[in-house]
Amino acid sequence: MPPEPTENVRPPSAGGNAAPWRRLHGAGPILGLVILCTLGTLLNHDFATFDNAMNVLTRTAFIGIIAVGMCFVIISGGIDLSVGSMAALIAGCVILLMNKLGNVGFSPVAAVGLGMLCALLIGGSCGFLHGLCITKGQIEPFIVTLGTLGIYRAYLTYFADGGALTLDNTLSDTYSPVYYASLLHIPFPVWVFIAVAAVGGVILNRTAYGRYVQAIGSNEQVARYAAVNVDRVKVLTYVLLGVCVGIATLLYVPRLGSASPTTGLLWELEAIASVIVGGTVLRGGAGSITGTVVGAILLSVIGNLLNLTNLTSVYLNAAVQGFVIIIVAFLQRRRR
Amino acid sequence: MNPTSSLASTKPFVRPKQSVSRLAGVTAAFLAISMASTVMADENVNLGVSIPTATHGFTGGIVYWANQAKKDLEKAHPGLKITVKTAANASEQANQLQDLATVTKINSLVIFPFESASLTKPVAQVHDKGVYVTVVDRGLTDTSAQDAYISGDNTAFGKIPAEYLAKALDGKGDIVVLRGIATTLDNERMDAFNSVMKDHPDIKILDAKYGNWNRDDAFKVMQDYLTRFKHIDAVWAADDDMAVGVLKAIEQAKRKDIKIVFGGAGAKGMIKTLMDGSNPMIQANVSYSPHFIYDAIKMTAEARLKGEKLPATDIIPSLLITKESAKQFYFPDSPF
Repeated sequence: MPPEPTENVRPPSAGGNAAPWRRLHGAGPILGLVILCTLGTLLNHDFATFDNAMNVLTRTAFIGIIAVGMCFVIISGGIDLSVGSMAALIAGCVILLMNKLGNVGFSPVAAVGLGMLCALLIGGSCGFLHGLCITKGQIEPFIVTLGTLGIYRAYLTYFADGGALTLDNTLSDTYSPVYYASLLHIPFPVWVFIAVAAVGGVILNRTAYGRYVQAIGSNEQVARYAAVNVDRVKVLTYVLLGVCVGIATLLYVPRLGSASPTTGLLWELEAIASVIVGGTVLRGGAGSITGTVVGAILLSVIGNLLNLTNLTSVYLNAAVQGFVIIIVAFLQRRRR
Repeated sequence: MNPTSSLASTKPFVRPKQSVSRLAGVTAAFLAISMASTVMADENVNLGVSIPTATHGFTGGIVYWANQAKKDLEKAHPGLKITVKTAANASEQANQLQDLATVTKINSLVIFPFESASLTKPVAQVHDKGVYVTVVDRGLTDTSAQDAYISGDNTAFGKIPAEYLAKALDGKGDIVVLRGIATTLDNERMDAFNSVMKDHPDIKILDAKYGNWNRDDAFKVMQDYLTRFKHIDAVWAADDDMAVGVLKAIEQAKRKDIKIVFGGAGAKGMIKTLMDGSNPMIQANVSYSPHFIYDAIKMTAEARLKGEKLPATDIIPSLLITKESAKQFYFPDSPF
């Protein structure tokens, strides 16, 4: 996928022949990733192995999938702070539901399948709720999702009694291939990640809906005058993000077979950081799915690299991540 | 424990200042009340319990056992009233202490402080009003503000696994370590572990990185250890939640070289695994049970009902849990 057009109130053709400097800046995150990977290979030979690459990509899948959804919300001028808590709540509900279904005599496969379906439903409804509060209720997205951030995690903690919710063993065995199995040597979560990113890219760049999202983020009033159903488009971005969170949770649950109050902690910041590092503007209007995917991978490569080496004191790990984020953001800065 | 707690650490000092004027005005009234209540202390004990809110397995256990103590003790002693308050960070806990003293009018307090330094002043204020104070787990920086101190044994928490691993490996082998969150308590455990290992020069500690007492982070750290080190004999996971993540990572990598994974704290899931012998890598554990909050409340309440004092310091020992002794550490109803 090429870097997407950036100024979207212009006719679509303008994106194709964007100025060369713009393209160069769009490559900032990729440049950052290449530098990091080269550094990693020099520091530790195990870094460049296929297995390690798959570990990192599988790990990135959760945040990456959420970031693709987040990209839409941010481009439309919104924000969602609740995704980490939402993931935790969905994980908890899904585990409770699967255990219950398993106990009342459903076959493990049926219980897991219904639970997975339910994850998408819960995610979608949470997103729908956010969208309604923001459009019909006219509350700032920051506040709505800050509120639900607390609500979702509190309910999970309540359901789990402060401990952990654990999937029953037989169900866990049925479900675990969803995370641990591979197709053509590539783990299943990575395939899902690729699929979600591809679909996201197509929706954003090749459909009317994608253009509306960008138009609204660029200038909401103008979009309204252009007869775009702003409320509907906005609600849909949150639903889309909710479904993405649902998909990410589907992949997360079989990994450990449990959900606890630390599940999904700070995912919202990682997802938002991936989107912004990837070149999307926080105030909305322009953004790129490719950039978002690269941004997400970049963030988890940093953590992986720090674990594989003794580069700095462990106390400074968070600082390294901070420096890299700022440097990459500098590389892909845009002219305002 | 809570990522925000360190940020909040400066706040409690601000709060008391604001209330100085209010305090001065009410002090006279309070003196009268608190004197009256000390006279009645023989019959009526109004006990406040201030603990961290349930954010992960261990604190979930703390909340569970505190409420359990309330239930059991209030039933056994009609003259006893127990109020349990949970706080999400140090500054909230400081506010709750004021509420407990002014509104609930407690005459005894059992507190599990978020942090030693930032809660010393607020506890001292309550103590100055004549409230009997028992501090649990983390000692205050000024010990004159506490009447009794009950804690778990962090040194033994590091020492017991070190001795066990040294013996099981015959004084020779490669160990990787997962640490919790950078706190004094984590340092104490690590130092104790290292000081035992000093006597076993043939045991190599390959690395010690933070897993944040959290299953997901431990999973990632362990995956990277497995990529980086081709041979590992044992893992000191230092916490049963982290041990869950470690075991999953080993299982995924299909590595057979790891003989022992040593967790810690005695979470019910791990104790069950130990009891059943269902995982050959889980051979022992070390106790650091949240049950000690129950003991602390019970000891304080019963001593105060009789008008007695507690010993100034009481350390609840951390014990080695083996397959044989696991049964007495298994509490299936507790969330932890």
